Amino acid sequence: MTQHVPQFVNHRFNSLDINRLGLWLFLVSDASFFIALLSSRFFVVGTNTPEHVDQLLGLSLTILLLLSSLSAYKAEAAFEHGDIPGAKNMLLATIGMGILFVFGVGYEWHEAFKHFPPSTGFGTILFTLTGVHVTHVLTGVLTLGFVFFRIRNTTAIGDNQFAVEGAVKWWHFVDVAWVFIYPTLYLIR
Amino acid sequence: MPLVRGAIYAVIGFVIGAGISLGITSITGEDSTEPLIVLGYVFAVIGWLMGVGMWRTWGRGWFGKPTENNPGGGWERYIRFNTDHKVIGIQYVVIFVVVFLLAGLLAMLIRVELADAGQNVMTSTNFNTTMSLHGIMMIAVAVAIMMGGFANYVLPLIIGAEDVAFPRVNALSFWVVPPVVVLLLLSPLFGGFDTGWTAYPPLATQTPIGGLLFELAFLTFGISSILGGLNFIATIITQRAPGMTWGRLPIFAWAVLAASVISLTATQWVAYGMLMIIFERIFNMVFFSPPGGNALLYEHVFWFYSHPAVYIMILPAFGAELEIISHFARKPLFAYRWVVRAFGLIVFLSFLVWAHHLFTSGMGDELHGPFMVLTELISIPTGIVFLSALGTLWRSKIRLKVPLLFAVGVVFNFTIGGLTGIFLADVATDIALQDTYFVVAHFHYTIMGGEIFGAFAAGYYWFPKITGRMYNETLGRIHFALMFIFFNITFLAMFIPGTVGMNRRIAEYPPEFEFMNLVTTIASIGLGLAFVPWVYNMLNSWIRGPKAPDNPWDAKTLEWQTSSPPPLENFEEMPTVTGDAYGYGDESVVHSVFGRRKGSAHPPVPAEGD
Repeated sequence: MTQHVPQFVNHRFNSLDINRLGLWLFLVSDASFFIALLSSRFFVVGTNTPEHVDQLLGLSLTILLLLSSLSAYKAEAAFEHGDIPGAKNMLLATIGMGILFVFGVGYEWHEAFKHFPPSTGFGTILFTLTGVHVTHVLTGVLTLGFVFFRIRNTTAIGDNQFAVEGAVKWWHFVDVAWVFIYPTLYLIR
Repeated sequence: MPLVRGAIYAVIGFVIGAGISLGITSITGEDSTEPLIVLGYVFAVIGWLMGVGMWRTWGRGWFGKPTENNPGGGWERYIRFNTDHKVIGIQYVVIFVVVFLLAGLLAMLIRVELADAGQNVMTSTNFNTTMSLHGIMMIAVAVAIMMGGFANYVLPLIIGAEDVAFPRVNALSFWVVPPVVVLLLLSPLFGGFDTGWTAYPPLATQTPIGGLLFELAFLTFGISSILGGLNFIATIITQRAPGMTWGRLPIFAWAVLAASVISLTATQWVAYGMLMIIFERIFNMVFFSPPGGNALLYEHVFWFYSHPAVYIMILPAFGAELEIISHFARKPLFAYRWVVRAFGLIVFLSFLVWAHHLFTSGMGDELHGPFMVLTELISIPTGIVFLSALGTLWRSKIRLKVPLLFAVGVVFNFTIGGLTGIFLADVATDIALQDTYFVVAHFHYTIMGGEIFGAFAAGYYWFPKITGRMYNETLGRIHFALMFIFFNITFLAMFIPGTVGMNRRIAEYPPEFEFMNLVTTIASIGLGLAFVPWVYNMLNSWIRGPKAPDNPWDAKTLEWQTSSPPPLENFEEMPTVTGDAYGYGDESVVHSVFGRRKGSAHPPVPAEGD
């Protein structure tokens, strides 16, 4: 068995690559948690959706979260162009919409207690799905808030890049999770 | 003292969490006990982590403050948040050896109770708690001893890395384990739980507080397992030494990668299962109780993790077994590429077989056939692993040392475990055998006879590397002989009452099963005593055994090419991989060359030879 002459240089991963991979792996893991959540909806209440589900609220929450994903993307883009004030504005907008979303879910829970409390089949699913998701939203808001206070200047972009990128990607993930939860919870008949 | 600080912070955390919970429940006017425990526990774990060193080593960095990096040397490294994978590996091994011995004592207690048909030493409830605790503690050992312990220690070494990809996450995944152990040991004091380790609802939602502690422990352990799996995948992808191509990756690393994929994704399902039970307990939700709820939901979610979980246990043990067989048979690993494919196939199929646990649960009949076939398919890749082991041993000049004895023990025991599994995968026989001692015997043959024997093989094999000292060969052989003989008598004897219908999880049984149970009990005491020479050998050799050379086994893989024990960050000079790891008998195959300085750019390296 002979050895070849050198043909390639082993690719060395920098810390940004490794952090990205780590986040993606975590997203895969968390996504499988959401798959378990979504599948339990069909097991417990089938495709039944009660009349009292507030469709307008569900739609508004979805639009709100989608818009916040856009502003999160804008924040990341501004940061990559070295526009720290712009990035901060967009982060603030994202955080604001995130908090609004949390209040929206709070209102939904307030209403849900009247029609389907947690001790009913649909209530069980609604409170679990929105509860787990809103916990994710809160972690996203905290992370974005953290990034908001921590990014100071463009000279340290290298150190900050993954903080911004990771927080924004996490936010997108939370958003995508809702995109699956929304039809599963509200639209199916 | 990080441990004391951790304990104090945990108490403070518990008080805060319990206070918040009390505030909420006093407003809503609901029962306050269980919510108080859950929220208090969550805050206690956070306090504990911060106290043992996560705050100083990691948390301060979030606020732009300087962090301490692994302060303290000597034994104090082992009792604080430390990011060195070798320290973490030893932490895992030590804590789970303790858990293993405790759970083994519980097994002795079970066998004493079952020595005759009547009631001996325990009430039925205490028996159920003992049996459940034995189960969950041993499951934790089985999941973590290879993946947490030996994989943590060996994997970065064997792929030529300085550490894992995320050292701090690695430390985190260890330090959530002590709360798990504490909760499990506390649960008998809070009424215990009589559900078995599988915790089927609706029973699991009605147990005393002890059951809640068990569910929180399982959930926490899941976090550890997920983060560990994530770390190993990232490590294998990004931290391999230059030239360590996928085709040269040692089989142990492949096995860890395969098991990591399962623990990364499937563990989330059992986390959800536990979460559902906790929600049903504290929020009165109705996942499992009619109307609406369905107890089968839990069984699906639970086994969607817990069946793949047996591959988290067994795959790294297979990896270590093949590794050891190749190095001690002095032959290249037979059918290396097919074994890698088999591992991949096992991972894939492991997600498609969970429902064979539900054949007698009232699941739709039309699902029986497909799940029977899919389950039986898994014997094909498993068979490839065995052919590789036998093909490597075939006509080789075997160096018959203790690690090899245990590795061959795996082959023997797991063959019985695998063959008896067919009867449980087959619907017609499973309906008769479900929930009998046949299942108990089969499971112990696969996990104890397979994985735990593999873990002992790994333990003896890597002992010189980890401790820098040699174990006593004679005591090791005595340990193997006793363990192998008494293990086989104990569990072979269980098949017989199982086949004629003796139920598992019962404290009293009809007198006609008495003789075989007495045989099992006597053999199990021998099995328990088999660990005495092992414990003595390990402790004595670690303290005053003869100094081990760097490479006592003449093995080619990278962990043996550095000092015993390896220095911080593993290698004085970084390795470059130039050939196959198992090229025994061919002088032209050189696995690795050293001489690259740390931190230097990766040099061009030869491509895989053909």
